[in-house]
Amino acid sequence: MKHNIEKVMIIGSGPIIIGQAAEFDYSGTQACKAIKEEGIEIVLLNSNPATIMTDNNIADKVYIEPLTVEVAEEIIKKERPQGILAGFGGQTALNLAMELEGQGILDKYNVKLFGINSEAIRRAEDREEFKELLEKLGEPVAISGIASSMDECVKFAETNGFPIIVRPAYTMGGTGGGIADNMEDFKDICSKGLIMSPIKQLLLEQSVAGWKEIEYEVMRDSKGNCITVCNMENFDPVGIHTGDSIVIAPSQTLTNYEYQMLRQSSLKIIDELKIEGGCNVQFALDPHSHNYIVIEVNPRVSRSSALASKATGYPIAKIAAKIALGYNLDELKNYVTGYSSAFFEPALDYVVMKIPKWPFDKFRSASKKLGTQMKATGEVMAIDRTFEASLLKAITCLEGGLSGLNLPAFKNLTKEELVGKIKECDDERIFAIAQAMRIGVGIEEIHEVSKVDRWFLNGIKNIIDLEKELSENDLSHKILEKAETMGFTDDEILRLSNWDKSEVDKMRQEKGMYPVYKMVDTCSGEFEAVTPYYYSCYEKEDENILSEDKKIVVIGSGPIRIGQGVEFDYCSVHGVWAIKEAGYQSIIINNNPETVSTDFDTSDKLYFESLYIDDVLNVIREENPYGVIVQFGGQTSINLAKRLEESGVNILGTKYESIDLAEDRDKFRNFLEGLGIGSPEGYAAKNLEESYAAAEKIGYPVVVRPSYVIGGRAMRVVHNKESLTEYMTHAIDMSKETTILIDKYVYGTEIEVDAICDGEDILIPGIMEHIEKTGVHSGDSITSYPTISLSDEVIAELVESTRKIAVNIKTLGIINIQYVFDGKKLYIIEVNPRASRTVPILSKVTGVPMVKVAVETMLGKKLKDLEYGTGLRQNKNFYAVKLPVFSTEKLSDVDTFLSPEMKSTGEVLGVDQNFDIAVYKGFSAVGMKIPVDGKLYVSLNDVSKDMGLDTIKDYKELGFSVCASEGTAEYLNKNGIEAEYIQGEKLKELISDGVINLIINTPTIGDDRSRYGFGIRRKASEYRIPAFTSIDTASLFMKAIKVKKSNEPVTYNHMRYYLGL
Amino acid sequence: MYGALYLEDGTVYEGKGFGYEGVSSGELVFNTSMTGYQEILTDPSYAGQVITMTYPLIGNYGVNETFNEADKSYAKGMVVKAVSENPSNFMSEGDFDKFLKKMKIVGVYGVDTRAVTKKIRDNGAMKCVISSRKLTQAEIDKHMGTIKAEDDWMRVVGTQEVYEVPGEGFRVALIDFGVKENIIRNLQKRGCHVTVYPFNVTSEEVMAGNPDGVLLSNGPGDPKFAVEGIEAAKNFIGKIPMFGICLGHQVISLAIGGDTYKTKFGHRGGNHGVLDIDMNKSFISSQNHGYATEEKSLAGTGARVNFINLNDNTVEGIEMEKYPVFSVQFHPEGAPGPEDTTYLFDKFIKFMKESKNEA
Repeated sequence: MKHNIEKVMIIGSGPIIIGQAAEFDYSGTQACKAIKEEGIEIVLLNSNPATIMTDNNIADKVYIEPLTVEVAEEIIKKERPQGILAGFGGQTALNLAMELEGQGILDKYNVKLFGINSEAIRRAEDREEFKELLEKLGEPVAISGIASSMDECVKFAETNGFPIIVRPAYTMGGTGGGIADNMEDFKDICSKGLIMSPIKQLLLEQSVAGWKEIEYEVMRDSKGNCITVCNMENFDPVGIHTGDSIVIAPSQTLTNYEYQMLRQSSLKIIDELKIEGGCNVQFALDPHSHNYIVIEVNPRVSRSSALASKATGYPIAKIAAKIALGYNLDELKNYVTGYSSAFFEPALDYVVMKIPKWPFDKFRSASKKLGTQMKATGEVMAIDRTFEASLLKAITCLEGGLSGLNLPAFKNLTKEELVGKIKECDDERIFAIAQAMRIGVGIEEIHEVSKVDRWFLNGIKNIIDLEKELSENDLSHKILEKAETMGFTDDEILRLSNWDKSEVDKMRQEKGMYPVYKMVDTCSGEFEAVTPYYYSCYEKEDENILSEDKKIVVIGSGPIRIGQGVEFDYCSVHGVWAIKEAGYQSIIINNNPETVSTDFDTSDKLYFESLYIDDVLNVIREENPYGVIVQFGGQTSINLAKRLEESGVNILGTKYESIDLAEDRDKFRNFLEGLGIGSPEGYAAKNLEESYAAAEKIGYPVVVRPSYVIGGRAMRVVHNKESLTEYMTHAIDMSKETTILIDKYVYGTEIEVDAICDGEDILIPGIMEHIEKTGVHSGDSITSYPTISLSDEVIAELVESTRKIAVNIKTLGIINIQYVFDGKKLYIIEVNPRASRTVPILSKVTGVPMVKVAVETMLGKKLKDLEYGTGLRQNKNFYAVKLPVFSTEKLSDVDTFLSPEMKSTGEVLGVDQNFDIAVYKGFSAVGMKIPVDGKLYVSLNDVSKDMGLDTIKDYKELGFSVCASEGTAEYLNKNGIEAEYIQGEKLKELISDGVINLIINTPTIGDDRSRYGFGIRRKASEYRIPAFTSIDTASLFMKAIKVKKSNEPVTYNHMRYYLGL
Repeated sequence: MYGALYLEDGTVYEGKGFGYEGVSSGELVFNTSMTGYQEILTDPSYAGQVITMTYPLIGNYGVNETFNEADKSYAKGMVVKAVSENPSNFMSEGDFDKFLKKMKIVGVYGVDTRAVTKKIRDNGAMKCVISSRKLTQAEIDKHMGTIKAEDDWMRVVGTQEVYEVPGEGFRVALIDFGVKENIIRNLQKRGCHVTVYPFNVTSEEVMAGNPDGVLLSNGPGDPKFAVEGIEAAKNFIGKIPMFGICLGHQVISLAIGGDTYKTKFGHRGGNHGVLDIDMNKSFISSQNHGYATEEKSLAGTGARVNFINLNDNTVEGIEMEKYPVFSVQFHPEGAPGPEDTTYLFDKFIKFMKESKNEA
């Protein structure tokens, strides 16, 4: 034993936002595991209920409470941990730890920081200190300076040359800045920038845009032992955030000299910072010389370290946690081989490709241009033996109907348009490059505009050349094998070649052309390894170790995206654990490098694979499992049900027939009618005319959406024909959508029911009620457990109707049903024959391990024989309020008004015995400023004017003065609420000055950047002022204000306490 | 071009040929470095060996003359998964295929190199024939027969003539069993005047040059063939500081009365952790050796183990208790691989300085 530590506190990263996603659930969970192994008690603080780390079996005491200094201090006071590990929860945890230290709280309670030191953090994160650090080490940093006049600007340019990045000081999101290549442009940008900057100051920096961007993942222990775990090269040169870049591991175009030069530099830096744990160093390397600069150092585990861990098999977070406890690298073992030393540098014998997953399909108005601000919500990773195969595999991992490096939308673009696209650097650049090559644009020309290294471009060229070969040749063993080895999917091969599918299948069978599986072993085969971590490739030797045990495969959920987040990884991981417990060998297939599910010691066996049907079937053919579970991986896995069933795979749990029944609208409507259960009147429309007819028949308002979508993509409430026309012609692309669903809009309370069904009985752990009335996507609405407004009769009806639906649809496992109650009648809005977003929350707040129970029912157990029984479980005597979190700061051009289309990226939970306090905690956890008095600005659309009256009156009584837009002010004054009319610059000024500290603004259209309301909401988000777009949310917020005003002490407790365990 | 690799146990790996057209044979080994294919190919210690690169994509950044560790390659062949036709790096002067042609090295690509590596790992380094045309069994047997596992390559690969690399500082006598350029560069960097002697130089001849220290270089093959080197080394002990690298380390081990043995498949790569026992600190090292020093045999020799391999606890370095004599099994000069242990060259300088001061 290296330590005498008995109790530590770990700080998590809070809700998922862009730039801080599931990777911290992975690193936090790994850290917990590593610490638990040591017999140390773990106190965990994290406000994110969707994570695996906030499970009771990961930490000893889980506080799902706000990540604030006050809360952390309360917990420290109560728990008295000896130390805090803050290096595993991203910037959020790091910042919180720094505040705790800065305010003397750590000293006060004699708590140490394990694994990080504040000095290192300051030196890595403070611009000036960072510069000093590098200068001291003789490491190059970008030349920079500050200028307050045009003369100073010109002087800087004359001394340092071009290109130069200009950043006006104190403007949000770098507005007014730019990159200049020559004096003329430079002067132009500077003169504008000096006007834009409120303090008339510009930050000037030598630009290295176009240089190679290289990263190293480095580790160090307290003895000063240092290693680099992995290096990575970005496909996209400097200029695009690494989180938004396609990344390849290891580096491909660096000579040994360059590799060692940058490696040496990263070791020097981590050693000087005296970091004990992991660290990430980013470099820009001049492609024409050995000049480089250090761009950035992250003094903690990061998204890149999660990627590096998955890319190499080296568990960075786990080892970092051990180091934090006092272990040295040279006394730890390599977890993968089980016997060789952890002090080594992984050697890869494959190529790893990471591609970001962007939310632009949801945010169609957002700029897709990539730059220094990260926009991706998630990422995929693929492993193969060559660049080409790895790239093509990663493309298919992205889903979205992609079967190859090919976007049909680009088919008819001209050379100029394509080159323009490449120059623009958006999310589709790689497809534009491929298409440009198809029409004959040369590598040199593409390199000129994109600065992408020729080596990568040559790789893409190889793919394009083979496409041509496929289209020009008859089917032969040789060419088919070549295409398979290069990573082409069957669909793509058939599309390009027009070969007969049955003949291809026949040849494949005759020649045994199937992928083999190779192990990710950290050492390129030098040592025998025991990791059950595999990837497919078309090679000679299959080294897959197949077990004779009965196996069950769980299909994962792929990359994190809006509408399909970490909660499905939670379900997949719990599925795997339940399978193990039931005595089967558990196998998972997934491709998201950020997650716990793709940690090699989560399942008995991990296939890091694309979830493309062919790839999934190949694994199944190899493993021959007893069954496959598709209900835990969100829409990604459920979408595979049909083809799995057709291929004769045993789907455990709800069968495809039932899934189809729930998802096919007409069948489902008939089914409900048969059961005598109501659903809002609705029709499907294939064109504009049909949509008019449908809407007329139902009567406005109606809900419109494309069929088969996740997260309510492109879903709207439409109030009149004009808006319907707008929707049908502009909002959606009818060439891509086959059917639009048009339903009656039922105004009422939405209710979410998650049930487990064994075919005969159901178990409902708890029911959740939405705060916002219908029209807000369930992922974006505030939700309460248990329900707060429903009568016993309504609850009884919910239970009965859920039972009827679940049993009759032949559910086996989990089902999620969304209802709306209009005060008189219950309607069904949606049925999801799979685990939903609410499963992790409900599991945690009710104490029912839903996924585990679901797996047991799939394996034939009956609910009545299991611990948790049947029917609706009795409510716990506390409230849990879920609040959505939006990544508005990252997507500065996205309007986050609440609508049927989901926009939030993450969620937090407020838990307390008192509902109002639970609400207060929830809003605190979101990071919202809760004012106790001040000025409220109101601007309401016509629909919500009447509804808003009482709420505004209440705010007035609470002590807020009211100002409003013209129409709203008039309306309020008419109705006896004194309201001052404010508009334009005055309004913006009052927001910036903090005079207006609360906004209620229900949008008329939304998402239209030219609209006034959008500007106000953006302004509010810049100054972090609460701005509510739904009266219901605004009304709930008053509860939080009252709690804060009352000054009553708020207590913070761990989940076991709330659950009475 | 066709290409194939024939193993002594009868296994055949068919692929495509690149580099030199012909047939060659040798001992099959693997290297796990992800960069540095040119340095590896020109490292004289690979004399007589067919090198399998475990990293699948080779040739990505081309070749450059300054990356050579010797003027020519003594290796017998190169086995890779894929070889880049379009290298990309500003330093690139040509592609790897042409380089192999120039060096007269037979290459095979399109081979499941991971399968080859696992084969070597499980069965030990083995004899092989590498060819750019299909061979008959008789031809394979004939070529296999020409391989002498115990070839004393060091007689061939090092310099045959004494030559000087001028410098202003300490005078280093380097006995060349197949020295890598980067060892000499490291001495040059520290101002040394280096006199390079052939493998069979006598201690008298070396001492006549009045050196401040002796460096025994790396080199290929079984150290026990270095009869003259061992003899000379014996005579240096107690007279002059001595530093051994790789084969030079094994030669010193033998000279002080220790023993060496052939390992199953050796250490070849740039990622091995070694512990410096005196500093109580570990370093990542570059390695390339098939023989090693027997730890037990060091008892009573006056030397102690001061470096061990963290993976298998084998001897990575020794130092004499009473004399400024030390040696390491790994390559502090990297090339390719990390240069985290170049402080050993500084130690050598320090020894020479102290010894000079005492004198």
